[in-house]
Amino acid sequence: MTQHDPPPTRSGHVAPNGTALGTVRICDFTGQLAGAGATKWLAAFGAEVIRIEDPVNQGMWDVLRNMPPFVDDRRGPDFGGGYNNHNVEKRGITLNLRTERGKEILTEIIAKSDVVSENYAAGVLAKWGFGWDRLREIREDLIYVSNCGFGHEGPYAAYKTWGPIVQAMSGLTFTSGMPGREPAGWGYSYMDHTGGMYMALAILFALIHKQRTGEGQWVDLSCTDAGLSLNGPAILDWTVNGRPSRREGSPNGNRSDSPPMAPHGIYACAGEDDWVSIACRGDADWAVLTDVIGEPWAKEERWRTLAGRLAAEDELDEKITAWTRTRDKFDVQRSVIGEGVPSAAVQKPAERIEQDPGTSEFALWPEVEHAKMGRVRVDGLPAHFSKTDWKIERGGPCVGQHTDEVLSSLLGYDADEIARLHEEGIV
Amino acid sequence: MSALAGTRVVELASERIAWAGKLMGDMGADVILVEAPGGEASRGYAPFADDEEGGESLYFWHYNTSKRSVVLDLETTAARKAFLALVASADVLIESEAPGRLAALGLDYADLVAAKPDLIHVSVTPFGRETSRKDEPATDLTVIAGGGPAWSCGYDDHTIPPIRGGGNQGYQTASHYAVMSALTAIFHHGVTGEGQFVDLSMHAAANVTTEMASYFYLIEGQTVIRQTGRHAMPMMTMPVQIQCKDGRHATTGMPPRTPAGFGALYDWLVEAGLAERLPEAIFLEMARHRESIGFADIGVDDEVTAAFAAARDALQLLAENSTAEDFFEGAQKIDLTVGAILSPEEAYENPHFVARGYQVEVDHPERAEPVRYPGAPYKLPASPWRIARRAPALGEHDEEVFGPLGVDPATLADVR
Repeated sequence: MTQHDPPPTRSGHVAPNGTALGTVRICDFTGQLAGAGATKWLAAFGAEVIRIEDPVNQGMWDVLRNMPPFVDDRRGPDFGGGYNNHNVEKRGITLNLRTERGKEILTEIIAKSDVVSENYAAGVLAKWGFGWDRLREIREDLIYVSNCGFGHEGPYAAYKTWGPIVQAMSGLTFTSGMPGREPAGWGYSYMDHTGGMYMALAILFALIHKQRTGEGQWVDLSCTDAGLSLNGPAILDWTVNGRPSRREGSPNGNRSDSPPMAPHGIYACAGEDDWVSIACRGDADWAVLTDVIGEPWAKEERWRTLAGRLAAEDELDEKITAWTRTRDKFDVQRSVIGEGVPSAAVQKPAERIEQDPGTSEFALWPEVEHAKMGRVRVDGLPAHFSKTDWKIERGGPCVGQHTDEVLSSLLGYDADEIARLHEEGIV
Repeated sequence: MSALAGTRVVELASERIAWAGKLMGDMGADVILVEAPGGEASRGYAPFADDEEGGESLYFWHYNTSKRSVVLDLETTAARKAFLALVASADVLIESEAPGRLAALGLDYADLVAAKPDLIHVSVTPFGRETSRKDEPATDLTVIAGGGPAWSCGYDDHTIPPIRGGGNQGYQTASHYAVMSALTAIFHHGVTGEGQFVDLSMHAAANVTTEMASYFYLIEGQTVIRQTGRHAMPMMTMPVQIQCKDGRHATTGMPPRTPAGFGALYDWLVEAGLAERLPEAIFLEMARHRESIGFADIGVDDEVTAAFAAARDALQLLAENSTAEDFFEGAQKIDLTVGAILSPEEAYENPHFVARGYQVEVDHPERAEPVRYPGAPYKLPASPWRIARRAPALGEHDEEVFGPLGVDPATLADVR
């Protein structure tokens, strides 16, 4: 097991003077990861993101608000760990949109916002009276980005999804697996993460377009469209060559076709559920690897060329496994990497979070201050900007945490008016 | 007008960032792909058009639409001068060179800002420019293995290795963050006129794209465990994949959550003529008439326990008697969040995607017919996504790119 020195703090990138998106205000209805992930990026770069939530159900449309993990025994909509992770640096208000007054207040907020973002099922916002026509009426240059599983048009528009359904319907579950077995799929909502990225991209493209032309627009984002785009070469193999991915030997587990590499796989190591990946990019890598392995079989002529290794890939993988099985995964990684051949232990969460300078020196796990949970570490962002780096310090907002602040500072309401809105159950 | 019309992006060719360049090119950016003599390696990647081994790479075609190609051997002085002129004409540089290489060539951010003071320079490297792991070699597989995704993906049977999902998703994830970075910096530039340097780590990108695996550890110190076709969780959960009549699989997700939902499932069984094959279906009908039903009563209330078990069996039976698509549609019609596990080509030919205009044709002048490509990942009506042209031939745009930059044609000949 590799033990690294304690992480040095990353210098020169942590305390930006300005922000990249400080001029942008977002009226945000997103939740879970597919939506909240998008506005997390924007908020971390300085956009003012105001989450609008329902006071009646305590914002629980976003079920992550009260889902594990939890910092302690407390439960409720302010304690979901995933929710906090995805909503750092945002502000949160409650607004009862069943009431006319609630709708008026929302209208005022939208009039002062550049973007309205949501990832409800198709048509939900319109049902509340805030469809695209109405939104555009409130603010002509508004950007509206809706994000749902199948988009707002097409035969499946009314159908519901979550990450694993999007992955299933867009080819991504299928292409993850061993040949001859049922799909392994993705052990997390890859398309909630990635759907959130496409939503962030859509908002940013639309912001840039507006910056240049003054024009707003409605972006209809369908997560399954985005997901299917991630299988490009397989789709062209189908449209040009007529070769389906659903065929004998496909998907091919951990092997590589584009380009062909061998050995290329994840191999068992000595520890409990410990594995190491090795990718031999060519014959030169192989020659080096045979020195590291240092066993006579590896020097046999039959393995010297890629063609030879590909011709007996199962046998080769068995031999590699016989070598790795008795070794510590980090020892293998270190010895193989040390000679310039790509290799990485399959890292467990504790290993990559606590013991890996590749993440700690990148300042990847910032700690935020959450109003009720206290100090909590969260996912940071994987890019550092030299002039306007991201900042993640504030935890996700508790239900209605910034209601009064937004009503007074953004909309100019006085204390009496705000008190009345509370009494009437509007906020 | 496309969102990035008028924005020039210089992409130093690398398979790691090809997807980022395409995402910007298809949104209207003028992406100039700078290739070394002999061309970017992925021009030689399978699959090949018409299965001609060593011919035109479909892999390269896909990842390089809407780009123009120039050739520069950056080891030569003349080429470095041409590159500086090119960067001076551009807004964004995106590259994935090994840390130190550009500095050695005199072409790193510090050098480039002399030619283009407001340049946005996005560097995408396996471990970032400054960490102590920065010089370690990596591929998509090792990024996914070391960065966390692989730990969460695979089968209930833990003698089977963790699985890297297909399609170089480690590169694609890094590319998504690279474009988010570029656009964030472009917006900032639009406000202030200021450029900057972005240091993106592929390893970090993988690390923060693992959903619960990271935050279960960060918050509870728990380690998730991989499971077939479903979320890695601190404990094993119930299987969700069902094999359908046609041999393909569906993923079932959540059972009904309301009395009406149980009733609708019962009705579907009846409609499919399968109710008599499942005696326990009676519990679905009983659940229909309850005031409420929820997970909390499983194991507490026998009738609720039986209803959830019957729902599971009913879905299994329905799946075994339907194609994957029919099962998906039947379940969705009664508000059950179910998915058919489609292969990429099955999704591509699916009527929903076809109706959304997802299949787009791209003209290939060298071929008799246009080629069908994947379509828009997002629809921006005022600034539309569009494949402007097929992937470029190597150096196809040398003259038209360098001519207007005043690069002497004689030196140009030397650098190609």
